[in-house]
Amino acid sequence: MVTGALPNEKVEPSYLEVSTNKYKKGLLSWILSVDHKRIGVLYLYSMMAFFSVAVVFGFLIRLELIAPGKTIVEAQTYNQLFTLHGIIMIFLFIIPGLPAVFGNFFLPIMIGAKDVIFPRLNLMSWYMFVFGGLFAVVSMLLPGGSADTGWMFYVPYSVRTTTNVLPALIAAFILGFSSILTGLNFITTIHRMRHPDMSWFKMPLFVWSLYATAWIQVLATPIIGITLALVAIERTLGVGIFDPALGGDPVLYQHLFWIYSHPAVYIMILPAMGLVSEIIPVFTRRSIFGYKFIAFSSLAIAFFGSLVWAHHMFTAGMSDAAMFVFSFITFVLSIPSAIKVFNWISTMYKGSIQADPPFLYTLSFIFQFAIGGFTGLMLGALSVNIHLQDTSFVVAHFHYVMFGGTGFGIFAAMHYWMPKMFGRMYNLKVATWAWGIVTFGYNMLYMPLFVMGYLGMPRRYYDYLPEFQPYHVVSTVGSWILIVGLIIMFGNLWIGMRRGPKAPMNPWGGETLEWKVQTPPILENFHTVPDVHAGPYDYSKYEAKKETTK
Amino acid sequence: MFSSASNFTDNVDAVFLYITALSLIVLVGITVAMIYFVIRYSRKRNPVPTHVEENLALEVLWTAIPLVLFLSMFYFGWVGYKDMRNIPDNALQIKVTARMWQWSFEYPNGLKTDTLYVAAGMPVRTELHSTDVSHAFFIPAFRVKKDVYPNKVNDLWFQSDKVGRYDIACAEYCGLNHSGMYTAVHIMEPADFDAWYKATSAKAGLQPLLTAAVK
Repeated sequence: MVTGALPNEKVEPSYLEVSTNKYKKGLLSWILSVDHKRIGVLYLYSMMAFFSVAVVFGFLIRLELIAPGKTIVEAQTYNQLFTLHGIIMIFLFIIPGLPAVFGNFFLPIMIGAKDVIFPRLNLMSWYMFVFGGLFAVVSMLLPGGSADTGWMFYVPYSVRTTTNVLPALIAAFILGFSSILTGLNFITTIHRMRHPDMSWFKMPLFVWSLYATAWIQVLATPIIGITLALVAIERTLGVGIFDPALGGDPVLYQHLFWIYSHPAVYIMILPAMGLVSEIIPVFTRRSIFGYKFIAFSSLAIAFFGSLVWAHHMFTAGMSDAAMFVFSFITFVLSIPSAIKVFNWISTMYKGSIQADPPFLYTLSFIFQFAIGGFTGLMLGALSVNIHLQDTSFVVAHFHYVMFGGTGFGIFAAMHYWMPKMFGRMYNLKVATWAWGIVTFGYNMLYMPLFVMGYLGMPRRYYDYLPEFQPYHVVSTVGSWILIVGLIIMFGNLWIGMRRGPKAPMNPWGGETLEWKVQTPPILENFHTVPDVHAGPYDYSKYEAKKETTK
Repeated sequence: MFSSASNFTDNVDAVFLYITALSLIVLVGITVAMIYFVIRYSRKRNPVPTHVEENLALEVLWTAIPLVLFLSMFYFGWVGYKDMRNIPDNALQIKVTARMWQWSFEYPNGLKTDTLYVAAGMPVRTELHSTDVSHAFFIPAFRVKKDVYPNKVNDLWFQSDKVGRYDIACAEYCGLNHSGMYTAVHIMEPADFDAWYKATSAKAGLQPLLTAAVK
């Protein structure tokens, strides 16, 4: 069936046509909307704008590094490029990517709710996101030049450099608030707005992961807010907090920074893990293997993940006791991630697998996330960490987790949910080709960084020893292939969402609630109160009898 | 790898290879399993999925085995690290000063150089100071690294038995010319070191206080 509505229901105008305010059409009907779906779409467009900018910066970084010495830009420009690339990718793409875009759009639907519990606060979060992003842009344009500190703003350098560190700090500060408010909204929504029949263990795993993520957002983000505010105070008023010249301590800054920024890694990866747990059952037509183990491993990751921050500082000269404890907990923390991977793969066993683009991106996610995890073990081992810390090995490691993991998770989510969001289908064949090119280019870009990192190539290097050039050339060529793939992928999605054929209500055969509402969904999501007696991954109907066309 | 450039090189490489080997086995395993499942259980070949009950024994197994392996990795990493903290008393004391963007070295007799010269077989303890921002003292071939702070003295030690020239890099981002902050450590034959040390100290008007025989 190719209509977007339930069988005996008439098609109603979707959220794309019905405004929640007095402006019926146009920009104002969107940017003043309190509908969670419209806000999700606003996040999608703004996030993609920032992402495109940061991809261009990444492309320029790789291009500069194709040969030693100056290739296209000066050292100062290079330092600003990797700083902005990091700030934008982390605060404006990876962190909001899944929760703010797809969480906003689908969390209420997946738990059978009409909206999030605080719709106005939700809109305010988006405004803070945009204002924060604008500050980052402003820091590029003001005289003095954009910040050249790296996204970590390590003191004392960040207190001494004459570049526009302050706007960048303010940007990160405001974005932090946006993140806190979204987290608060999600926690309350999940507690208070669930359909009465939806008990905790009937929640889809994507919702579980958003729940764990939201707690980290609420608990950890204030620390980075305060810390960045202290750096701003130090820069403007000369109060000695972190800069030794004023009587402060730079290692204190590193601790405070990573107390947030390590849990932030889980803010970035957990929703992607939830998404993968969502996609695999749908495309294998099997209930997820080890539902409770996956759900609890998210909570375990959220908890232990807040106790490993100092493994970013193994060369800082900490006490042996601290080294022992932080390395030990780091290895313990690897267990829940391993459990998830094994359960995901077991779900494919004896399934009935349709390898459509969302599933293909999920396979890439598992492969690349596994590599990110394994190299994390190498970095967790103390003696090896001493050698690898601050080399391109670390750069490759976190790109494997953040981009190969979460980034590919976002791509999977786009291919999975955009037909539902916009009511149109993209070209599956083109999407499959794009997936192949993106995955190949991605791995070609980052694999060589592991090798040269072990050989001693430090990170954040504008210039390098000639012996590293072969690896840099391979990596840079990989970046070109990756970008070609990205252009095809986004182009295909864009054309599909505008001119593609109408998407059916349930193109993939999902069992969670978003596939039981109209395509695209109506304002307040449900015509009638949905039925949630079964669990989220009940595929017994496929198992019992022959496949139906519904 | 396994160049034995310093007393730590081989052990760090061995632990790294141990983790890499285990990781590769598991990575190949899960990748092959994924690809096999996607082909074997494709909807064309296998239109009707089979429900597989959750299996507690399996969950326990794939929690326990990684746990044991992870703890072994932790242990080897920790043992290797302990050696790095176990600084011999007779080590040659070198004061290293980092500034944007160069290194300088000071020998116990006050001799200052911008390249480090050490005799083969001589344990060396570097005491790390910075005059401005944070840096990191990194000798890739020796597998040693330590952050350098303006307000806190860190140290590290190494011993090399292999004569040669090895790069010293700055590994903590320190501004404009971070990537140019290279110098080198020369590991010399003991006799050559003694000759160099005597001559250079004399030129600087300093007393030579040590010989390569200080083991």
